Amino acid sequence: MLKIDSVEKGIVIDHIKAGLGMEIYNYLNLDKLDCSVALIKNVKSKKLGKKDIIKVENVIDIDLKVLGFIDPNITINIIENDRIVDKIKLELPEEVINVVKCKNPRCITSIEQEIEQRFKLVDKDNGIYRCIYCDQAYENNK
Amino acid sequence: MLKGKHLIDPMDLSLEQLDQIFNLADDIIKNPKDYMEVCKGKILATLFYEPSTRTRLSFESAMHRLGGSVVGFSSAGSSSAAKGESVADTVKTIACYADICAMRHPKEGAPKVASLKSDIPVINAGDGGHQHPTQTLTDLLTIRSLKGRLNDFTIGLCGDLKFGRTVHSLIKALSRYSNIKFILISPEELKIPDYIKEEVLIKKDIQFKEVERIEEVIGELDILYMTRVQRERFFNEEDYVRLKDSYILDKKKLKNAKQDMIVLHPLPRVNEISVEIDDDPRACYFKQVKYGMFVRMALIMKLLGVEK
Repeated sequence: MLKIDSVEKGIVIDHIKAGLGMEIYNYLNLDKLDCSVALIKNVKSKKLGKKDIIKVENVIDIDLKVLGFIDPNITINIIENDRIVDKIKLELPEEVINVVKCKNPRCITSIEQEIEQRFKLVDKDNGIYRCIYCDQAYENNK
Repeated sequence: MLKGKHLIDPMDLSLEQLDQIFNLADDIIKNPKDYMEVCKGKILATLFYEPSTRTRLSFESAMHRLGGSVVGFSSAGSSSAAKGESVADTVKTIACYADICAMRHPKEGAPKVASLKSDIPVINAGDGGHQHPTQTLTDLLTIRSLKGRLNDFTIGLCGDLKFGRTVHSLIKALSRYSNIKFILISPEELKIPDYIKEEVLIKKDIQFKEVERIEEVIGELDILYMTRVQRERFFNEEDYVRLKDSYILDKKKLKNAKQDMIVLHPLPRVNEISVEIDDDPRACYFKQVKYGMFVRMALIMKLLGVEK
């Protein structure tokens, strides 16, 4: 198996559904970071069969809320001095901005590309978000 | 306090705020002279990206009757939208000229976009098939004025209940008042969407029933709210022919209605209310138009924070 060194200090984003790793890499703008970042795809997993993992070295200050929207089953470990010092439990964020696009062809965002794509959580139990402009529902059951 | 707020969705207003608007509208109706100059020096901008003569004239008359002035455009072609200007830029510009604006737009959510960028109150004057809050205010003021209350009645909603946004908004708005029974009268193809039933009627344990024919229930109603049934909404011609007469209100059907029932319609009508009943005292749809102007007068005053 491909070997990637363990992280001394940083973040490990684990249990990413196989195939979603690159998407998360992009959402978190990890390409803009100057430090070591590893995206490992299709790692064998007892829980998922296959999974993706992202390791970010040194940087801890990343807004990870959006991950709850993409896949709440993802686990996040904060590492310091080679040890897990914190495990972040993901929740559905109250609002997501520029993550998904409104699919309603009658929505104002369909003709004005500059407008921020904003969705508000309206039903926590069923993971339903609505476009703040036209109220089109987005079911987050990926 | 309503001063400086926007009105995008009818549910943006609390029952208390609605009462403030309706109480002011009542006083304007009683003493119109007292309000002739309250908006002197104020400007309303009517930003109509699609034509809607009725709504635009209602807003403009409202502002004129308050002593204010009006600027604006009545179609996208005659605005800078034709040059590709965004809604946000248009409203920021207009906010430099006017004190309040009313926006009609074919795209859903356009007034919401405007409200996020505007320093002046934005009133949604209809955004596609989405919301039309001043129609809902009109309907509520009409019912309150003619029936004397906004609770304890049976209302029949008839016609296109699937696509009719006025009906959806009215159901949501009335669901906040007590002891209202809804009778939903429509062909199978145009029944009220499930989400309105589940998220509003069933969730709030409100009494309702669905029927196909107006004749079955007209005797039970205190209010009959008619809407247009459009031929193109039907899947087949056979159903249209079978059902179309059931959705035309005429003298014969009105015979079985209560003497104090009121008939409302958001207008324009095509043929769903026969002109033969226009003179019946129960036909209140033109009174409703007038209440529409009064409620817009009250709304403009409240959002501007002006008093008599």
